[in-house]
Amino acid sequence: MADFTIRVDQNKYLPAGSQEVHGIVTAEASGPVGAAPAADAAEVIIVDTSGSMSYGKINDARKAAQAAIDTLRDGVFFAVIAGNHQAEVIYPGHGGLAPATPQTRYESKQAVAQLRADGGTAMGRWLRRAADLFSAHQMAHPDAIKHAILLTDGKNEHESAPEFDANLAYSAGKFVCDCRGVGTDWVVAEVRRIGSTLLGSVMDVRRPEELADDFRAMTEAAMGKTVADVALRIWTPRSATLNFVKQVSPALEDLTGRRTDVDALTGDYPTGAWGGETREYHISVRVPPGQVGQEMRAGLVKLVVPQTGQVLASGNILALWSDDPALSTRLNPRVAHYTGQQELASLIQEGLQARNDGDIETATARLGKARGIAERAGNDETARLLDKVVDIDPATGTARLKRVVDKADEIALDTRSVRTVRMRKDPES
Amino acid sequence: MSACCPACGTTVLAGEAFCEQCGQDLAAAGHSGSCTACGSAAVGSDGYCENCGMLQPTGRDHAETEVETSAGVTDRGLRHSKNEDAMALVTAGPGTVIGVVCDGVSTSSRPEEASQAAADMAALTLAKRIAEGEDAATATREAVAMAARAVAAAARPGEDAPACTYVSAVAAGRHVTVAWVGDSRAYWLGAHPALLTEDDAAPGTHMLTAWLGADAGEVVPHVREFTTDGPGLVLLCSDGLWNYYPEPEALAAAALDDTPVAAARRLVRMANDAGGQDNITVVLIPFGQGDAGDATVAFPKERSG
Repeated sequence: MADFTIRVDQNKYLPAGSQEVHGIVTAEASGPVGAAPAADAAEVIIVDTSGSMSYGKINDARKAAQAAIDTLRDGVFFAVIAGNHQAEVIYPGHGGLAPATPQTRYESKQAVAQLRADGGTAMGRWLRRAADLFSAHQMAHPDAIKHAILLTDGKNEHESAPEFDANLAYSAGKFVCDCRGVGTDWVVAEVRRIGSTLLGSVMDVRRPEELADDFRAMTEAAMGKTVADVALRIWTPRSATLNFVKQVSPALEDLTGRRTDVDALTGDYPTGAWGGETREYHISVRVPPGQVGQEMRAGLVKLVVPQTGQVLASGNILALWSDDPALSTRLNPRVAHYTGQQELASLIQEGLQARNDGDIETATARLGKARGIAERAGNDETARLLDKVVDIDPATGTARLKRVVDKADEIALDTRSVRTVRMRKDPES
Repeated sequence: MSACCPACGTTVLAGEAFCEQCGQDLAAAGHSGSCTACGSAAVGSDGYCENCGMLQPTGRDHAETEVETSAGVTDRGLRHSKNEDAMALVTAGPGTVIGVVCDGVSTSSRPEEASQAAADMAALTLAKRIAEGEDAATATREAVAMAARAVAAAARPGEDAPACTYVSAVAAGRHVTVAWVGDSRAYWLGAHPALLTEDDAAPGTHMLTAWLGADAGEVVPHVREFTTDGPGLVLLCSDGLWNYYPEPEALAAAALDDTPVAAARRLVRMANDAGGQDNITVVLIPFGQGDAGDATVAFPKERSG
C-alpha cells in the first residue's frame, strides 16, 4: 500500500476571543506506484449513444471506448454500457464483469464497433446500471477499485428530475466516475453534479477526435489507483462547529454535506480511490473563545480506510490564543491562496450565470475581477479562457464583455472553473 | 486511556498511582488524568483533551529544583501555552555545581523537546567528564557538542528542525566556566554585578545568530572562565527574565539577600508581574562562599582560556 502523509498549513495564533480557525490539509500518497493487483480493479465504460451522437461523434466515441479497452491491464474486470434513454450492457452479455484478456478485448471492441446513435438521454439510468454491475462484483472482490468513465454530449432530457436524483443517490459510494462532455450541447451543472457525487473529475472535450487520447489517459489514471476507499476522518472538540470541509486541490469540491458520523465528535468524508497523488483540503472550525496563552486542538484530521478503521496518516489543526498582533494577524499563505481560488471559481460561475441571464453589469464585474485574480494567482489556463469572454483594457483595467463568444469556450471556462492551481511559490520549499 | 506524567512527560495509564519512569506520585500531583478545562476523563497521550481539545498543563509549566544550595525555577509565563525552556542542575563531586538553561526556539518544531534534550545531554556530559578529571572548559565544549548533536538528531524530514539556545555554568571553588550559544544569559550577582555573556543575536532584536539544531551548521560555543575573590551568585536565565530586567544591578538587588530558591522564585514572579510574555527560567548557583573575609571584590576577571 502507498505511504500517506498529512501536513497542516495554518496560522494557529488567534487574537484573544477569536473563534475562527482555518487550515489547509495537504494529503499525499506516495511509495510503491506499482498499482494494485489487476483483479482488484474494475472498470465500466459508459458511452452516450443518444441520437445526437450521430454524424461522426459516435465514430469517435467508438474509438475512445476501444482505446480505453486497450488500456486495461490483463485481468482487470470490465464492462461497456451503451446509454440513451435506457442503459444496455453491450459487453459482456452475462450480467457481470469480464476479466480483460486478448479474447475479451477483441470481443468487446467488436461489440463497441456495432454501436449506433439512436434514442434519448437518461444518465441516471446509465449510472444505476453501472452501480448494479459494481455491486455484484463487490461480493467476490471487496477491495476492488471501482471506476467508471461516462461520456455524454447532451442534456439529461429523458428521465424526470426525481428519477435522476434517485438514480444518482443510488450510485453514490458504489464507484468513482470521471465524466466527459463532448460538443456544446451538454449542461455543465448537470454533469458536474454527477462528478461531485461520484467523486470524479469533469472535463470538456472540444473535438470528438480528442476523445480516444482522453479515454486512454483516464483509464491509465484509474489503473494507477492502489487504495480503493479512503475517508477524511475529522474530530472536532465538543463545543466547536465544523464550518466546512472542502477539497481545494486539484479541484474544488465541497465535502461538508457528505459527512457520515463516526461518533458525536467525529465524522468521515469520502475521498474515493487514491494512487500516487496529492490532494489539499480547506477545513474551517469555529471554536469557543479562549484565553491568551491557551492552546486547543481545534481539529484532528486523519486519512482512514473506513471499512477497517486503519489510520493512514493524521495531523492537528490547532488554535493558540495570543495577544501578539504580529503573530495573530498573519495570514497563512496557503490558506490565503486557496481562499482566492475559491473566490475565483465563484466569480466565474456567477459571472457566466449573469451573462446567460442578460445581467451584463454583474457579468462584467464578476468576470473582470476573476481575470485579475487568475493572473495574480497563476491560473494561466483560466486567464486564457477568460480572455475569450471578456476584454480588459490594459491601460485602465476596465472589463468589457465580448459580443461573440464561442459556446465551446464558455463551456470550457465553466467546466474548468473548479480546477485550482497550487501555490506559485511555496514558502516552505 | 492514558495521560502524561506531570513531572517527566512519560505516558502513564489511568489508575496508576506512580509514574513508572520517574516515580512521581501521580495522585499527589493532583493529576487524575482528567481535563483541567472541562473535567472530561479523556485526555490523549499527546496532552489534548479528547472532549474539549484543550492542551493540558504539564509538569514543565512550573518546576523547581534544588541541588545543595543551588536552585532553579522554570515557569511557563502568562502568555505561552507551554514551557519550551528547560534546565538542569547537578553536582559533579564535592563543591562543583553544574547548571544548564536552554530555551526552545518557538518558531521551530517541537522546541520543548529540543531544549530538554540539550539541557539533559549537556548536564550529563559535564558531570561525567568533570568527574573523570577533565578541565571545565574542555568538558564544556564537549557538552555543547553533545547537546548540539542531540538536538540535531531530533530533526524529522518535512518539518523545521527543532532548535534551542544554550547557556551553562560550571562553578567549582572560586572558578566559574560559562558557555553559551544564542541569547540565554549568565550574570554575576555580587558586590559588582555584571553580565557575563554576549547574546548571539542581532543587536536590539531576538533574531538569533547562533543556536543548537540540525539547521545550525557547526556550533562553536563561546566559553569564558572567570575567578572571583568575593561571594555572590551565578545566574543563568532565559530571555523571559532578562527582557524585563536586563540590568545586572536590578537582578542582584532582587536576588542577593535570600536563599537561592527563594530568590529564583522572586525573579520568576517579577517577570510574570511585568507581563510574563515568554517562558521564564532562572538558575542560581551561590559562588565564592566563605571567602567573604578576603574580599575586595574584583569580579569578573576574564581569563583567557
